[in-house]
Amino acid sequence: MNLSYTVLIPLLPLFMFLFLGFGFKRFKEPYSGWIGTIGMLITALISFYTAFQYFFNYGKVDGVYQKIYAFNTEWIHFSDTLHIDMGVLLDPISAVMLIVVPLISLMVHLYSIGYMHQEPGFTKFFAFLSLFTFSMLGLVLATNLFQIYIFWELVGVSSYLLIGYYFEKPSAVLAAKKAFIVTRFADFGFLVGILMISYYAKTWDFATLTSLDFIHQLSSQVGMFMGFSIITWALIFIFVGGAGKSAMFPLHIWLPDAMEGPTPVSALIHAATMVVAGVFLVGRLFPMFFFFDDGFALQIVAWVGAFSALFAATIAFTQYDIKRVLAFSTMSQIGYMMLALGVSGYEGHEGLGFMASFFHLFTHAMFKALLFLGAGAIIHAVHSNDMNDMGGLRKYMPVTHITFLIAALTISGVPPFAGFWSKDEILAAAFEHNMPVYIIGFVVAGMTAFYMFRLYFRIFWWRDPDYHHAPHEAPKTMTIPLLVLAFMAVFSGFIPFSELVSADGKGFHSHIDWVMAGASVVIGLIGILLAYVFYKRENDLSTRFAYAFGKFYKWTFHKFYIDELYFFVTKKIIFQNISGPFAWFDRHVVDGTMNLIGNKTVWIGEKIKGLQSGKIQDYAMFFISGALFLIMVFWLLLN
Amino acid sequence: MILGVSIYEILTVSTLVFFIGVYGFVTRKNLIAMLMSVELILNSAALNFVVINKYLFPGNLEGAIFSIFIIAVAAAETALALAIIINLYRRVMSLNTDELETMKY
Repeated sequence: MNLSYTVLIPLLPLFMFLFLGFGFKRFKEPYSGWIGTIGMLITALISFYTAFQYFFNYGKVDGVYQKIYAFNTEWIHFSDTLHIDMGVLLDPISAVMLIVVPLISLMVHLYSIGYMHQEPGFTKFFAFLSLFTFSMLGLVLATNLFQIYIFWELVGVSSYLLIGYYFEKPSAVLAAKKAFIVTRFADFGFLVGILMISYYAKTWDFATLTSLDFIHQLSSQVGMFMGFSIITWALIFIFVGGAGKSAMFPLHIWLPDAMEGPTPVSALIHAATMVVAGVFLVGRLFPMFFFFDDGFALQIVAWVGAFSALFAATIAFTQYDIKRVLAFSTMSQIGYMMLALGVSGYEGHEGLGFMASFFHLFTHAMFKALLFLGAGAIIHAVHSNDMNDMGGLRKYMPVTHITFLIAALTISGVPPFAGFWSKDEILAAAFEHNMPVYIIGFVVAGMTAFYMFRLYFRIFWWRDPDYHHAPHEAPKTMTIPLLVLAFMAVFSGFIPFSELVSADGKGFHSHIDWVMAGASVVIGLIGILLAYVFYKRENDLSTRFAYAFGKFYKWTFHKFYIDELYFFVTKKIIFQNISGPFAWFDRHVVDGTMNLIGNKTVWIGEKIKGLQSGKIQDYAMFFISGALFLIMVFWLLLN
Repeated sequence: MILGVSIYEILTVSTLVFFIGVYGFVTRKNLIAMLMSVELILNSAALNFVVINKYLFPGNLEGAIFSIFIIAVAAAETALALAIIINLYRRVMSLNTDELETMKY
């Protein structure tokens, strides 16, 4: 069975990027958009075919889903075990990503044809989208840690380019820089982790790193540091990289600002695909996380995830920019995925958390992309991000209204929509393994329902402001992706995910615990009901509540001053006390020495330039005197 | 071998001619005079070749041949130098070295 055709999956978008990127002056709107979309369609079809074949045809051998190297080529050779490869690895989680990434990317391509209408740099936008899709597919199909790191940086670059798409706007430029620097800072931790792994495990290959024999052998070999295995420390460093990309507390500060990019970009990169890379990374190395030091690193993952989920949900209550509410919601949902991984076991049904995490990743990609694309359609119609400028839009935009409502119900965990199934699995896994985390997850479920319906009611009900020109429904290219994603958001919960994706690859039967499911549905409905009371009709109830909370409201509204804290640490402490003296030393001592040498050379030259008088007889005098002097010296030496 | 004249006397003459040439080259301000001084230096060298050949290696001819070379080269060099001097004179209307110092820093 020859699987090397799978290498086309990442290479086709790369080709589209080069094709559109190098000829971008020649392609006119909307042709470049359609070229990109068709290229993406082909990629998506190949990916779906591959994923389908993997799951139902050749992936399962003796009841276990195998890791299959569909394509692998050695790139840089260090030793027989340590080498950088480029390849395509098929296993359950990469097959899931093969469905998520091309599907969302295709929808976003199609949507952007309508959304980016008459924007300058239309073709450039599609070229960057293709670049991002290439990088993301290379990341999820990576066969080894170093390949994942290379593509990890590539997604960072494409994210930077797309956030800074409106580069005339200073805020967009700042946001792009911030995203790049924060994730780059986190990636430094990732790199340190990779180097530690390469030193102690002497391989980057995923199949080796995650095999139980190897882990067992390695854990008896490596030393300890501060009470934990060195590999555990390496994994914590790797998780720092994952937390940076996935916007986990305290490295989340770039995600809300990244909303400066065009909305389809937010849907594709900052909601559905790139930001779940951290979850994917932890899932990829899951056996290592689980077995070293009884899963100490995994405990950290669980708590960081749980705290981020709660933290982001709190902030989402108070924001008025609809995209920022969605950004904090994304952060909160990724926190869910992280905590699900953190509470997961390994064997069979114990691995419920692992499966739930990827299940939620899948459904979240669908409904969050749907929410963002819906928000994009709304922004397109009213030309504002602020929910104070909206209200009563249900009359003007029926399709957007219905799809947005479906997405909001899905994220709130209302059955039978997809979010209910995946969120329920997460809560069940947390309930079995870690009670405090379960309580946090349970509370966040209610909070999610409340802030999502606050958003929904504020946009579509609340009041009827006087629109200067009546908002109109988005064009077909924008509504079709909404409908497709709404379909997925409704029905993707019925996929028997636990049969396909599990930590040990064997699959298991999961069943709904109706007590627990009932509890989470009830708290979700309470959240929706509260939002209904507060925001159905225009009233001052929410303002009075905000007033009652006083200081706490103000703190939340300013996102707990985390940005200000970062600015304080970087500007006041690092720049002033460390970088400042260094800059002074560089400017005055290092540069000063160089300038001194230069100035002295010039000075000496000025002094002695009179020797070159232009008078031939002077030269002759020097020559003769010198010759006589040398003769005398030799004469004296010889006698 | 000249009777009654030793090599030292002839070498003394050639040394005197050489230093007269050097002195003239350094002190004279006129380019033609400097050229003549250079000729004196060359001739003293030629004289040395001939004398040493004659007194120390009477059987050989190299010294004499070299002196003829020197005379020929000196003639060519003088012709060239005179051509340069004439052109220079046309340009600056002077042969005084104090006025010919444009080739300085």
